[in-house]
Formats: sequence, C-alpha cells, structure tokens
Amino acid sequence: MAEKLLELRNISKRFGGVLALDSVDFEIEKGEVHCLVGENGSGKSTLIKIISGIHSPDPGGEICVDGRRISHQKSSNSVREGIQVIYQDLSLFPNLTVAENIAISSRVETGKRLMNWKETEEEAVRTMKKIGVSLDTRREVSQLSIAERQIVAICRAINANARLVIMDEPTASLSKNEVQSLIKVINELQNREIATLFVSHKLDEIMAVAQRVTVLRDGKKVGVFDASELTRQKLSYLMTGKEFEYTKLPPYSGDEIVLEVRKLSRTGNYKEIDLKVHKGEIVCITGLMGSGRTELVLSLFGMNPPDEGEIFVCGRKINPTGAVDAIRAGIAYVPEDRLQHGLVMNQPVGKNIVLTVLKRILSRIRFISKAKESMEVKRWIEELSIKVPSVDSPVNTLSGGNQQRVVIAKWLAINPKVLILDSPTVGIDVAAKDSIYRIIRELAAEGISIIMITDEAEEAIYHSNTTYIMSAGRIIGKYNSSELTEKELYEKINKI
Amino acid sequence: MSKSDNKRGILSKNSEILSLGVILAVLVLLFSLALPGKFLRPSNLQSMAFQLPELGVLAFAMMITMLTGGINLSIISSANLSGIIMAMILTRNVTPNMGGGELGWIIFLAILAGMSISLAVGLVNGMIIAYIGISPILATLGTMTLLEGISLVITRGYVISGLPRSLLVIGNGTFLGVPVPLFILIAVAIAVAILLNKTRLGLSTYMIGSNIKATGFSGINTNKVTILVYMISGLLAGIASLIMMARFNSAKAGYGSSYLLVTVLVSVLGGINPNGGFGKVSGVFIGLILLQVISSGLNLLGISQFLTLALWGALLLGVEALRLAKRRVR
Amino acid sequence: MRRSTRSNSGLRKIFVKSEFYLLLVIVAVSLLFTIMKPSFLTFTNIYGMVESNSFLAIMAAGVLVVLISGGIDISFTAIATVAQYVMATIVIRWGGNMFLAFAIGGAVGIGLGLVNALLIYFLRTPSIIVTIATMNLFYGLLIFISGGTWIYGFPMWFMERNLVRFGDNPGITIPILVLVLSFILTWLILKYTALGRNIYAVGGNQEAARRVGISVLKTQLFVYCYMGFLAGVASTVQANMMLTVAPNALMGRELEVLAAVVLGGASLAGGTGSILGTILGFGLIIIVQNGLTLLGISSYWHKVFVGAIIVISVGITAYQRKLRERKGAIINVEE
Repeated sequence: MAEKLLELRNISKRFGGVLALDSVDFEIEKGEVHCLVGENGSGKSTLIKIISGIHSPDPGGEICVDGRRISHQKSSNSVREGIQVIYQDLSLFPNLTVAENIAISSRVETGKRLMNWKETEEEAVRTMKKIGVSLDTRREVSQLSIAERQIVAICRAINANARLVIMDEPTASLSKNEVQSLIKVINELQNREIATLFVSHKLDEIMAVAQRVTVLRDGKKVGVFDASELTRQKLSYLMTGKEFEYTKLPPYSGDEIVLEVRKLSRTGNYKEIDLKVHKGEIVCITGLMGSGRTELVLSLFGMNPPDEGEIFVCGRKINPTGAVDAIRAGIAYVPEDRLQHGLVMNQPVGKNIVLTVLKRILSRIRFISKAKESMEVKRWIEELSIKVPSVDSPVNTLSGGNQQRVVIAKWLAINPKVLILDSPTVGIDVAAKDSIYRIIRELAAEGISIIMITDEAEEAIYHSNTTYIMSAGRIIGKYNSSELTEKELYEKINKI
Repeated sequence: MSKSDNKRGILSKNSEILSLGVILAVLVLLFSLALPGKFLRPSNLQSMAFQLPELGVLAFAMMITMLTGGINLSIISSANLSGIIMAMILTRNVTPNMGGGELGWIIFLAILAGMSISLAVGLVNGMIIAYIGISPILATLGTMTLLEGISLVITRGYVISGLPRSLLVIGNGTFLGVPVPLFILIAVAIAVAILLNKTRLGLSTYMIGSNIKATGFSGINTNKVTILVYMISGLLAGIASLIMMARFNSAKAGYGSSYLLVTVLVSVLGGINPNGGFGKVSGVFIGLILLQVISSGLNLLGISQFLTLALWGALLLGVEALRLAKRRVR
Repeated sequence: MRRSTRSNSGLRKIFVKSEFYLLLVIVAVSLLFTIMKPSFLTFTNIYGMVESNSFLAIMAAGVLVVLISGGIDISFTAIATVAQYVMATIVIRWGGNMFLAFAIGGAVGIGLGLVNALLIYFLRTPSIIVTIATMNLFYGLLIFISGGTWIYGFPMWFMERNLVRFGDNPGITIPILVLVLSFILTWLILKYTALGRNIYAVGGNQEAARRVGISVLKTQLFVYCYMGFLAGVASTVQANMMLTVAPNALMGRELEVLAAVVLGGASLAGGTGSILGTILGFGLIIIVQNGLTLLGISSYWHKVFVGAIIVISVGITAYQRKLRERKGAIINVEE
C-alpha cells in the first residue's frame, strides 16, 4: 500500500442551517491522480476549501498530512504543506509575463523586497523543464491560449513546491487535443510524486487519467471507486441516486424544411456549409472545440455575418446582420456562456424574460405596460416551472438549472421557429440536465426546430434525430443519431 | 408569495430612498432649529428653488449615462458651447426696438441652434463610445477638452452678455410664486423617470448597464441605445445651459465647471450604482435637495460656501458607509 | 500543446509599438515646429518648457502608479493645494530650509493619501467616487479654515531656484532636479521592487493577487500615499516657481494630468502603463502647447488641439482592441 499524503477523517461543515459536509472521510496517496465528483451542492467545493484551508472543519474533524495531524488549518499552512489549488479561472495575471506568473507565489512567499528579473526567468525555465513543457517566458499571459495558461498555472503550483495540485474543472474549456496534453502533464506530475486531485464531470477524462474516484452526494461520501470499474450510467447513478434512462429518438421523417443553409462560408471560420433543419427536428452539431460550430451558429444568429452563401427560413432568404434580424426571422440562440452572454445576472428574472419581446409588452401609447409584462413573465415561469422567490429576484440568486430555464424562457417568448442551443448542459447537474433534455424534446414535439451544439457523444446520440459532425470548418458527416454508437461517433469526431 | 413578503419587498426596494429621506428630514429639522423662522421662510425656499435647477438638470444628464455604466464628463463644456452659440445669435440679431413676433422667432431659432448643438455633441460622444469602443470616461474627457477649446476660440475668453429681457424669464421669473427653472427641473425629472421606467429605451439602459453583451445577445441594438442615451444626456445639458444663460444673463467658456464632479457626487449619493444598472430618478432628486439644503443652511448661518463643499464630500462618504453596513447586515 | 518558441511576444511588440508611435509623432511634431520656428529646438526653450510643466509631470508619475494598480485618483490636486498651504504657512512663520519644505509637502500628501486609501479599501466604493468626495472634503475644509487667501512673502532661501549654474544657461534648477528624481524613483519602484510588481499584479487581477498572498490593502496604502507624496512634492515645486500660493492654482487640472498619462499608454482598467509612456504622453501635450505658442497661435486653440489628440490617440488604441476582439478565434479551414 502506497503512503498516504493527505487524510481527512470525519469532516463536517455547517453553514448556518445547512450541513454542507456530513462526516466525510477522504484520502489521497502520494503521487496519486484522484478524481472528486458530485453534483452542485454535493459539498465538493466545500471539501476543496477545507483542504486548501479557506474553511476550517467543524470540531471533531481531523486533517493529517504525511500522517501528522494538522491542528489549525489556514491557507498559508496548507501552502506550506505543499497543497496548491488551481481554480477554474486560473488566477493568473494577464498583464504579466509567463516567468513572473510562474515565480510570483515563491516571490511573495520569500518576502524579498527587490525584484530579480534574471532569477525569475531562470526559475520559470527550470520549473517548466520539470514537467517537460516550454513556453516563451517573456510572453504576456494575455497572449496565451487557455491551454497554455493552464500550463502556466500548473507551473506556478509546482514552483511553490506543490505535493498536491487540486484542479477545479480544468478541462471545461479545452479542446480534445489540449486535454490530451494536459493528461500528459498530469502523468508527468505523477512521475515526480506530485499528487493531483481532479474535479471533473467528464467520464472519458476520468477514466483516462484517474486511479480512484471519490463520489459525494448531498454532503456525504458515497464511496471511493477504482476508475476502471465505473461506467457513465453507474457514475450518474452514484452522483444523483437516480436512474436516468433515455430512449433514442427515431430518425426524422417529415419533409417540411424550416431552416436551410446553402454553401455558407466565412473566411477563417467555416467553409461551404450545407444544412437542412426540418420542422420539429432536433439536429445536433458536434465536433472538436475549434471546429467552427459556434462560429457557424453565430452566423445564423446574425452575430458573425458570413462572406458567402445563403440562409433560408421557411423558404424566405434572410441576411441577418445582427441579432435583431435573426430574431425577426424566428431564430433564437441560447449561448454557451450563461454568465456573460445568456443573462443579465444581477437584474430581475422578469426583466430578463421580457428583454427579447419588449415590443409585445407595450401599451397603446408605446409605454411598457406593467400588466402585460407580468402576464408574459408569469406565463413562462409557469410553463417552464422555473423556481423563483419572486419575479423581481435577480437571476444570480437562482440555481444553475433554473437560470438555464430562464434563458430558454426568454427565447421561447419570441415564439421561435428555430431554437439554437450552444452546449446547453455544460456545468449543470445531471438532474438539471435531465429536465433540459425533457424540455428540448417537448419543444421539438410542439414543432420547434432545434439545433444543439454539444461536446458529448452521448448527448448527440440520445437527444437528437440527426447528427452533423464538423471538423476544421467543414461538415464531414451527417448521420441518423439513433444509428450511431458512442464509440463510432467518438472515432469519427477524432478522425481515428 | 405571502402578503407580508410583498410588503417587505416594496419596503426594501425603496429603503434606499427612505434612508435618504430620513437624512433629509433630520437636516431640515436641524437647520430649522438652528435658524428659527429663517430657514423655512418662503423667501429662503424660493431662493433654494432658484439655485437647485441648473445643477439638477445637469445631474440628470450625468445620471442616465452612469446608469449605462458610463459617465459623461463633457456635459458642462457642452452646455457652455450651446449657451455661447445661443447668446451669440441673440446678441447679434436682437435690436432694442424689435417687434414681439420677430423677437420670438429669433429666440426660437437661437434655442433650436443651442439644442441642436447639444444633441450633436451627444451623438458624437455616443458614436465614439459605441462604434470606436473608447471607454466613456476617456471619450468624454476628450470631447470635454475639445469643446472647451472651441468655446474659448469662439469667445476669446470673453463673456457674452446682454440678452433680451423676455428670455431671462426662463432663469429668473416666477409663476404662482414658484421659480420657472424649478418647473423646468420638475418637468425634466418626470420626463427622465418616464423614459427610464416606461419605455423600451429605459429598460434597455438598465440592462446595458449591468451586462452589455448579454443585452446585445437578446436582440437589443446596444449601439443605438448607447448613442440615444448620450444624445439625451447632451440635450439635458443643453436645457441646463438655457437656464444658466438666462440666470446669469450671459454666457462664457468656463461657467459652472465646478458642477462637473458634483453631478457625479449627487448621482452616487442618490443611489446610482457607479458600475451601472441600478438607480432611480427619485433618489437623485432627494440627493439634489439634500445638497441644496446643506448649502442654503450653511449660507444662512453665515458659514463659508467652502464648508458646504466639504460637507457634500463627507455626506457622500457617510452614505456609502451606511450602504456598506447595510450590505454587511444582509 | 502549442509550444511557442518565438522570442518576442505579440502584445509586447504592440506595446513597444505604441510607445514607438508616440515617439514618432513627437519627433514629427517637433520637426515641424523647428522648421516653422527654429527657436523651438533650442536648449532654453525646451528647458523652460519642461521646467514650467514640471509640477504637473511629477503628479503624472503618481497618477500612473494609481492607474496601474487599477484605481483612479481625482483628489490629488486638492491634496497638492492643502500641502502647499501647510508648507507655506509653516515655512513663512517658522523658517526652515528647502529640504524641510519638501518634507512638509510630502508628509501632508502622504497623510491625505492615507485617508484616500483607507476609505477606498474599507468602503468598497470605486476609487473615482471616493476621491471625488475627498477632493471636495479636502479642498472645502482647507478654504474654510484658511479663508482662501493668497500667501506671499516666502523667506529668501525659498526663492532660490537654481542649484548649479553653467554660465548663462539656467543650469540645474530645483523643479528639474525634483522632476528627474521622482521619475527615476517611480521607475525603480515599478520595475525593480516587489512592491512595484505587486502593484502590477493587483491591477492585473486583484482576486488572484489576494490568492497568492499579496496584501491588497498594503499595496493600495502605498499607491495612494505615494500619489499624495508626489502631489505634495509637486506643490512645493510649484510654489518654488511661482513664489505665491493661490487656492486655485492647481485645482481643476486633475483631468488634464489624467489624460496625459492615459495618452502614454496607461489603461484605466489597470495593470498596464510605464514611466516611459507617461514621459512621452506628457511630452507630446506640452510640445504641442509650446509649439503653438511659439507660432503665435492664441492659447485658446491649445485645448482644441489637446482634445483632438486625446480623442484620436485613445480612439486608435480602442479601435485596434475592438477589431482584435471581434476577430475572435481563427480556425484553420481545410481547403
């Protein structure tokens, strides 16, 4: 049995009336790659905050590093014990160079008053060598890709003498190739006896990199499992305690075309795209990140006008040069980034819902009619059963799943012919995902055409009629979704 | 949702206005006690009502740009340019024994020219912010300097004075004992309140202030909204210039420059979120009255106007501390 | 992994470029003025130009540091005016020496800067709002207490401006020396001290700075105190040149200084800016003003030119950024 690096025993944490963690035991061995999974609210971020010393556990809990008990857990203590957290936002300084970013923790730690540029550079080069990467140390971090930034963040952790690197959803915005190189780096860490705690939802990654998986649910530990013994179904069952089974959708059979795209091209984005979406059809567009899929749908929504080609909605040609045009034509778009693009988070739910249909809530003298406004809002809140304390509550007080419903609500309000959803289930719970799928199926049944962009093979196969695969700006295949298997689709996307 | 919840909602929604109102009441009480029979005398109230409007209209010009998350540093210099152009048209074309009809026509043309300039300045501000993407503070800092320069070049730094009598009513006249400028201010406040609460433009203004990208993704033409907001801001500056010109019976390049940062101060005091998206006309209005009460009260007590400045600053810091404490409690 | 082996980064190049362009513009403008008016490019003219603007330039160095930290300070002219009054009052009543005068000015500035820093940190209100309030507070209290009278009658030792004289040339004067010293000091702090790097870090990503253990409070304390210090020093320089202290000599110039620093490449969003850029940005503005004066163009035109320069230069930078953002991801489309 390998030596234990970190051991937590009987950890509980109560916030006010909420028991976020309920006597959880948790351990990581030296040099192990361990994965922590759980739904939102399962307590995993609280657990990470306790490990990193931001929160201290309630009395009765014990934290041991190298078998030594640590009494007063503080951020600085955990850093001294070699625990480094890489948050999802990476916490880098975009305006500083790679070298300065890598060396900053150790500079602050040593408390030196002067800046030694030469030493900083050397330190950065040395650290990068350790895990076999090389970046130009003098580049500013704002110039790097997300994947490169992640490397800088990992290097910074190593440079601070990390023995355990905690990564919070590190692969959320990486392409498949970039994930592969990240896995390589993690393996390199393992060779140097540095343990990694990985927080992720994606099963293929978990299987590719982790040895063991700890599952949390509702603040309790469900168990520790070998990564090899998990399947997607089992994992989602462990996380939610519920079984979700889906029947595949049949191939689409109607012939009423709603949206047609002919030879659409945009330099540097995509080329010669042909696409037909029928009434009530769910079309999935999948492909690697950077295959041009988001750029394509942004063009349909008028936010990224194409250079050549034609777009028809119900046989009428449109040239959307702004969201206003697309909306007029009946195209709705649910963006991937809910926080930045989907919703005005700190404004009321009601205002967010009516934002797309302001014209409809005007009175005869062109003023906003409160009565019409609240009628419209009420209707959608009921229709999508959105849980809100009040229509005046800011959106950011809702849960992720409810937020996603608000986005869908505001687009259903325009009575769309085509609803485009860009990665609609990223970052939300399995249970919330289930309800989103159900809503999508219902909408399609009502006759709305759906275009869904997704990364996950399973989502394409189970929740669409037709799957298009994009690669390097072109459509390289069209399939009846129900006839694909996950393995086939994975291989096709990655062109194996 | 229960009824008591509802009530609490309304209270907390207006708690901002409520606490400002309490501060106002306390100040009025203190001054009336310190100045028995003087502070609340009609003549003092009237003089307060004469002084309030020019700052007031300028404050609303500032406030609506702050709601979008911007700022408009060019309001004063834009107002001065409008005033100078109006004054020039009037002084050059009006002769002492001119007929009423002709005079009215020239005054109309002068005001039209002044307001057109204000709108044009707003249009330019809005366009460089929306299309070129300069941050509002820098864009309007640039146009502020530019407009000030143009005013100086036109006037060579001199005062233009000697306006027709009939125009001065706008600044100095009363109707039923209430100063005409106050009517203008109230009309402006009501118009801005309707605009913000009752129109698509108003709702979009708040949404843009909170998240311009998401608002754009919802099919709102954010460039258009930004430009319109800065044009309205410009127009309000023009209205303020009309009041100023009529009150001083003159126009000059540097008038009212000390008002600029005070308009920011009163907006934030009145509950406008400096980051945009939140704030109400009623809050700013109470804020304005607060400043005026302090200023008049100290003046009657025979204390230097400069202590007024200091107290205004202190008041804003105090109110911000109060707001912080409230957030902490919640 | 995309590995970059390029030795020069894109942004760095652009950044160097923007300073380079600024320098080009300065050279071109200077050349134009020299051709039209040869007396422009004389030592006396340039020296006089720099000296008469030195107090504003000193404050610009302070504004630069504040902007890099992600804040903004509107109150520094009020701080400078307070410092000037205190310094002049003490020096005239009790005497002293030049060093003491600067020490008093600087100390008053640090004190008021401390007030700003504490209010900004603890009220969690944007620095622009806090400093607008403190500007009114400082200036209002000063004039209330002092009565806003002009102060004359500095002691003889205070009237000496020259330190070293070379023949007929002006030699090294106090304003020039203090200007050079404050620029060098600011440069050293920003580039070679941990504190300076922390200022960049806080301006670049405040939350991340907190996470790596940088004290945001300490950094902000330094930044606003340093701004106050330079404002106090600058006001002493200004008094040394004018030999009077007037309540409105410095007020109202805060936005002018801010514009010059932004022209030099500092961003209001924080994290970027350099002393070299500030020198160039400030230089361009005073060169244009000086040249126009030499050409006999009425000073009323100065503001028109300065305003146009600000809008155009800031506009170019902003538009470039906007284009870059709009381009977004580039996909290698298979042909």
